[in-house]
Amino acid sequence: MSDFRKGNIVKPYERLDQEQIDRIHEASMAILEEPGIWCYNKQAADLFVKNGATSVLEDKGGSPCWRVRLPRELIESAIAKAPSKVVMGARDPNNRLELDAEVPRVYFGSGSETNIWLDTEMTDFVAVDDPGDRRKMPKYTEKRGSAALLARAAHLCEQLEHLDFFVRPVNIQDEGINEGNHDVNKFFASLNNITKHVQAGLTTLDALDDVVKMAEIIAGGPEALRENPVLSFIACIFKSPLQLVDDTAEKVFAIVEQGLPLVISSSPQGGSSAPIQEAGIVAQINAEILTGVALTQLIKPGAPVLYGSVPVRARLDDLHDLYGCPEFNQYNIDCVQMARSYKLPCYSSSGVGNAKVPGMQATFEKLFSHLYMAASGAQYIHYAFGLLDRTNTFCPLQAVLDNEQVGLAKHCMRAPLISASESDEAVEIIRKVMTTNHKLFTRHTRKPCRAGLVSEPYHFESKTGEDQVLERALAHMADLEARPVKHLSGEMVERIFKEIPGLLPELKQTN
Amino acid sequence: MSEELLEKLADNVVQGRVEQEDEGFDDGYEGQPAVTELVEEALGKGIDPNDILIKGLTASMTTVGEKFEKGEYLIPDMLAAAEAVGAGMDILTPHLLKAGVKSKGKFIIATVAGDLHDIGKNIVAIMLKGAGYEVIDLGVDVPTARIVESVKENEAPFLGLSALLTTTMRNMEEVITQLKAEGLRDKIKICIGGAPTSQEFSDKIAADGHCSDAFAALDWVKAHAV
Repeated sequence: MSDFRKGNIVKPYERLDQEQIDRIHEASMAILEEPGIWCYNKQAADLFVKNGATSVLEDKGGSPCWRVRLPRELIESAIAKAPSKVVMGARDPNNRLELDAEVPRVYFGSGSETNIWLDTEMTDFVAVDDPGDRRKMPKYTEKRGSAALLARAAHLCEQLEHLDFFVRPVNIQDEGINEGNHDVNKFFASLNNITKHVQAGLTTLDALDDVVKMAEIIAGGPEALRENPVLSFIACIFKSPLQLVDDTAEKVFAIVEQGLPLVISSSPQGGSSAPIQEAGIVAQINAEILTGVALTQLIKPGAPVLYGSVPVRARLDDLHDLYGCPEFNQYNIDCVQMARSYKLPCYSSSGVGNAKVPGMQATFEKLFSHLYMAASGAQYIHYAFGLLDRTNTFCPLQAVLDNEQVGLAKHCMRAPLISASESDEAVEIIRKVMTTNHKLFTRHTRKPCRAGLVSEPYHFESKTGEDQVLERALAHMADLEARPVKHLSGEMVERIFKEIPGLLPELKQTN
Repeated sequence: MSEELLEKLADNVVQGRVEQEDEGFDDGYEGQPAVTELVEEALGKGIDPNDILIKGLTASMTTVGEKFEKGEYLIPDMLAAAEAVGAGMDILTPHLLKAGVKSKGKFIIATVAGDLHDIGKNIVAIMLKGAGYEVIDLGVDVPTARIVESVKENEAPFLGLSALLTTTMRNMEEVITQLKAEGLRDKIKICIGGAPTSQEFSDKIAADGHCSDAFAALDWVKAHAV
């Protein structure tokens, strides 16, 4: 099989020392023993009990809930069975990702399921007091997410060279979409328009078989799919704090049995559904994720699983999520370190903006976490393209701007090139240049330039120094979107439409 | 045979290669003879130095300029090519003089007294040399008297003054005043450059022009050539 995507192997920036890692682990183990978890799924509670946990049915008149207390032996022995390497497949095998918990190779991708698609057009505005003063300003239009827009997002993301994987960024809300056909349509709209890895949550368990069948057709059969899993799933199994959700747990059982990669994610909010203090939220999210990971290994030892940490902080004026703040980076880097200590590949996040539209605020908020999280060495960083208004809006123009930012962040994190031969060559060049009158090293930049070692100026700058970033990025986006779409073959699309019920006819597109 | 050699020389200018060990813009050039070796070879084969100059060295700078305009080349590629022409010129100049071929003209260049900055000045010097001018580079922190002396001694038609500091740029005015006092001002065209300078400042001190970069300097010298 072909190569994997290159990614960036970084020297991880670590906040925690070993003593602090051990302390968080101990705190997580203590939480799981007392108070334990509130488990709303009987099958999961039974499986935990079978493996040494204690369980008490709490009858409060609502959904049945088992208070499960998990001994550390159960958690520690189960997570030790999880693989440290997980391959995320792709339609184009060169786009596969190799996630190895012991190698800090960083990949960036999109996410997550927003309801709003934000379109941008540049419009001429005239100053009220000076009709001669005309300026181009962005005008934004909100649209409800649809299958066609998801397909458009997939095609755009195929063209963004720094985007390594595709977590569906738009919720499809077409008239013809219902709970029963939501999954097949979102996966098909994605897979028919991008050759990179595709990932999403599963809306309904009933759709799993059809989604897997579709993936098997695309990958070339059941075995080929397990070897090259072109899609994978996200399961946010915990509602923080510490409540294991019934239907998500059911999905976890079924997905694990299918042998496809799964992210066990948790997203507590420091200040509301978790303590705001680093020591508290990280211990809690770690306890939640470890329980989910342990569950996958009790279902099927060796099941491919990612440690999915998305801790956020509450803003204290309205209790919404607050991104682009120091605590976001601190919580998330801690989680990356915890995952590394368990030898589990880490699904992390960066690049979300609180801002509702592209601009200075969004740029600040995104760069703040892009750089830090790239430095963390998390293997699989989602949320990194196009998200605005926290995670409520996907803006394709913002995804194009983020692509530039992520590219430069990746460049920042490149390993230093200071081998013996590179040092010798540098000394030689310095000696040579010092014999000249001009003492300029400029001509010697050519070789590293050709080798792709020298970064380029910001792609969307204007020569005049005027801020034309949005206008230029929009023009670049139009070029990217005009490129041919990499659809599945006609034969494959025909077969999928024949065998998979519920697909929207307008998604039937081939080259 | 000689045409082939001159084409090879022109190609090496475009590639920006001074010596055999230099890499080119494209792959596969390292270890092949470059501009200095090829000029020596051409002279050894008795090729007319003027042909070497025009067909081998300066004409190909037009190609380099076009590549830069198209965005194919960046500044380092332009400078490498200009430096290669300059290196060729160093070998060729005595032969050109012997053959009675005149240079495009002498251009004295200096960073004025009190200022040690010379990146911009050096880039201008390389580009001018690459364009066929005889560049007399007086270096940095050059006292006014030495600049005036050099103008007198070389009878140069062009003088370029550079400064990076707001505190030293006023020394440019002193040079011009001194040239006037010596009766030399009318015999020389003076351009100024450097971050704090401007056309407004040039007008104020009665220089003949302000050049914002090396390309502007090339345009300026062409426009003021006699």
